[in-house]
Amino acid sequence: MNAAQALADLVEVSSQIESAVLADGSGAVLASTLGDEARAQAIATEARGLLQGAAGPAGEPTQVEVAFHEGCVFVVTDGERLVAAVTGRDPTAGLVFYDLKTCLRLSAEEAPAKKAATSTRSRRKKAAEPEAADEA
Amino acid sequence: MKRRLAAGLVALGSLLGALAIWRRRSGAGKDHADVYFADGSMVSFAEGSDEAARLFPIARRILAQARS
Repeated sequence: MNAAQALADLVEVSSQIESAVLADGSGAVLASTLGDEARAQAIATEARGLLQGAAGPAGEPTQVEVAFHEGCVFVVTDGERLVAAVTGRDPTAGLVFYDLKTCLRLSAEEAPAKKAATSTRSRRKKAAEPEAADEA
Repeated sequence: MKRRLAAGLVALGSLLGALAIWRRRSGAGKDHADVYFADGSMVSFAEGSDEAARLFPIARRILAQARS
């Protein structure tokens, strides 16, 4: 799966994510949900800086969440790539992190990626179905 | 009538006070940064800490870029 497809899937499954940028280890943009390339690059560079700025004795972090009253910023890295996302106020952080890690994994995978994306969606659908049935 | 009004005001004041204490203790609405490491450890930085002062401006720039 390519980076753009992984990011498109991410935004499709996660209603909490407003926008996201996928970048390589150097901070170069691989894909973005923003129309503007310059803004996407600026976010990727800042996300790289956020990870470096948060580094401690244990090294560079793998995940960072910065929560403000007006919204939240999430950055997740697998060491080779990073994905940065912006959400509204009070998101379900665990779910956002899970979706971002899935996006990173899918963007790095080739053949098995399609299967994984399908199973993720099926799971979500199945989880949503009982709710829909309850509402009906 | 006056006694009932006074009792109502006291009750309302108590409720607002309890709500303010609960919000302060739960940290609701507070800006913070949660940092997770590969070894499973996590550190949370609240507003006012040196780390927050370093990370918040970067995150604010990301928010601004994403929403501009």
